[in-house]
Amino acid sequence: MTIADTAARVAGKDGRSRDERITAVADSAYRARHHALDMGEVQGQGYVGQALGAADMMAAVYADQLRYDPADPHWEGRDRFLLSTGHYAIGFYAAIADAGIVPVEELLTYATDDSRLPMSGMASYTPGMEISGGSLGHGLTVAVGMALALRLQGRSDQRVINFLSDGELDEGSTWEAAMGAAHHRLGNLTAMIDMNALQADGPTASVLRIEPVEEKWRAFGWHAIRIDGNDPAALIDALDECAAIATADGQPQVIICDTKVGRGVPLLEEREKAHFMRIEEHEWQICREQLTAGREQEAAR
Amino acid sequence: MTTATKPKGLSTSAMIASFADPGQRTESAPFGHALAALAEQDERIVGLTADLGKYTDMHIFAEAHPERFFQMGMSEQLLFGAAAGMAELGLVPFASTYSVFAARRAYDFIALDIAEPNLNVNVVGGLPGLTTGYGPSHQATEDMAIFRGLPNLTIVDPCDALDIAQSVPQLAAHDGPTYLRLLRGKVPAVLDEYDYTFELGKAKVLRVGADVVLVSSGLMTMRALQAADALAAHKVDVAVVHSPTIKPFDAETVLAELDTPRLAFTLENHTVVGGLFSATADAAAQRGLGKRIVPIALPDEFLDAGALPTLHERYGLSKDRIVAKVLAELG
Repeated sequence: MTIADTAARVAGKDGRSRDERITAVADSAYRARHHALDMGEVQGQGYVGQALGAADMMAAVYADQLRYDPADPHWEGRDRFLLSTGHYAIGFYAAIADAGIVPVEELLTYATDDSRLPMSGMASYTPGMEISGGSLGHGLTVAVGMALALRLQGRSDQRVINFLSDGELDEGSTWEAAMGAAHHRLGNLTAMIDMNALQADGPTASVLRIEPVEEKWRAFGWHAIRIDGNDPAALIDALDECAAIATADGQPQVIICDTKVGRGVPLLEEREKAHFMRIEEHEWQICREQLTAGREQEAAR
Repeated sequence: MTTATKPKGLSTSAMIASFADPGQRTESAPFGHALAALAEQDERIVGLTADLGKYTDMHIFAEAHPERFFQMGMSEQLLFGAAAGMAELGLVPFASTYSVFAARRAYDFIALDIAEPNLNVNVVGGLPGLTTGYGPSHQATEDMAIFRGLPNLTIVDPCDALDIAQSVPQLAAHDGPTYLRLLRGKVPAVLDEYDYTFELGKAKVLRVGADVVLVSSGLMTMRALQAADALAAHKVDVAVVHSPTIKPFDAETVLAELDTPRLAFTLENHTVVGGLFSATADAAAQRGLGKRIVPIALPDEFLDAGALPTLHERYGLSKDRIVAKVLAELG
């Protein structure tokens, strides 16, 4: 994918229909889910559930929206995607492999010694990783600084997209950044929240109640959209809506994405202990088969 | 109605007073003026604060360069996260708040967003050590102890207005994060009377002396020089070594001064745990220098609220207490 291709695609000027874009995102997410299972199998465990759940969100960003140069991850004119949730790295690696930023074969080094793809995402290790996340509630604060800097440099046409999880809404720093972004009218900033309703100690609703989420963001001055985060069409429409209202002096936007942990693999969707999944040796192939079967069923509909 | 007895002692105004001595020569807001001047030369310079612009001398910069000043509100985590984001885009941020809020409240953001990627973000902390009488909520008596453990971070504890003014361009030029223990408002001017220039990472011998060597940083260098003058009247010949950079520590210069038969002290406006004394002792032990070093520092406790002159006397930072301590050690 060249820069011109990506830029044209983002601007919707590449002649693709909405249906073609949706198919491209769904295909990318499907491949990324396979990548995530392959990586998970290397370790026998990990944040596989999050990777499957967030695959559509990441695919919508990388296969449809983000301006980047796979050959030059530090290209100055790129949009920024910040993975605030460092433990989603497995999902991120799957997405950037599908985007051509790292070779697909390299995914099998995931979380092994001297790999560029460590268990938790770190900027100093991985091409295309903008920040070291993992300590939660950092991404949006850094995103605010990047959006301010881009504006100061007259480059507000470059977008900053910060990926965060519903658990991160517990962190006070997220709300400091939400206030700051609205106060400084950072229209070039978009937040995407993976509302998978699960955090380390259990369901989000029982750990710390965060609803009503849309009303909170609106009250903080953001343009808020809530969608099914496993629906590529809804993701594309929401991201287009954000891009349309993104101006140098406008409202920051948040896309609240309800997703399902383990999405696409029924065996894992039903698993009780889903935050950090342990998957038995014989189960990986079952997972892959379920993923493929599900995709075929969808295609047949 | 009973007649209230007015308590004896200094009142609230002394709590927020400068630590400068009465009548001492001072300069106003040296940090703010130095940053504003630097920004004239370097368009990458930006200033941020967390609702403490007026109290960290950042308002001088804000007035001079409003388009490059960013008010973040009382949000220290956002302050340092945003500064990191700006540095990622090639800007050179100076982000100011009080030292307590930087070191205690926003440590994770300074560590992970700034120090780990080794970004050129300059953390500017007001009210370091015992420079306010507000009590432990505002007294950053352990900031150097916290920050010394942080890889990549350079720590500077300047003595006076000259030190601050000269350090600002060097902090900006340094390719990595820094922490400046800011003296703000009317800041004493002391070092221009000595053959001295600030050099990042270097300690300097300000004064030679045959009997005693005082290694100091921050405002305690001013007190060390005053104490040296006073001790001369007692026929005690005192050397003063100023080490404004605490990390990386200039072991070569300091240990060369310590490796003599002279009685040795460290002086710092910081708890005795983890600051200049510790840095000096660490360096001495690593080099195999078996030398007794007497710390003059704040005690390992939360300090009282009160008037600054009272507290400096109570906790041993005053000139008179230093003189008495040196004389007692000499026997």
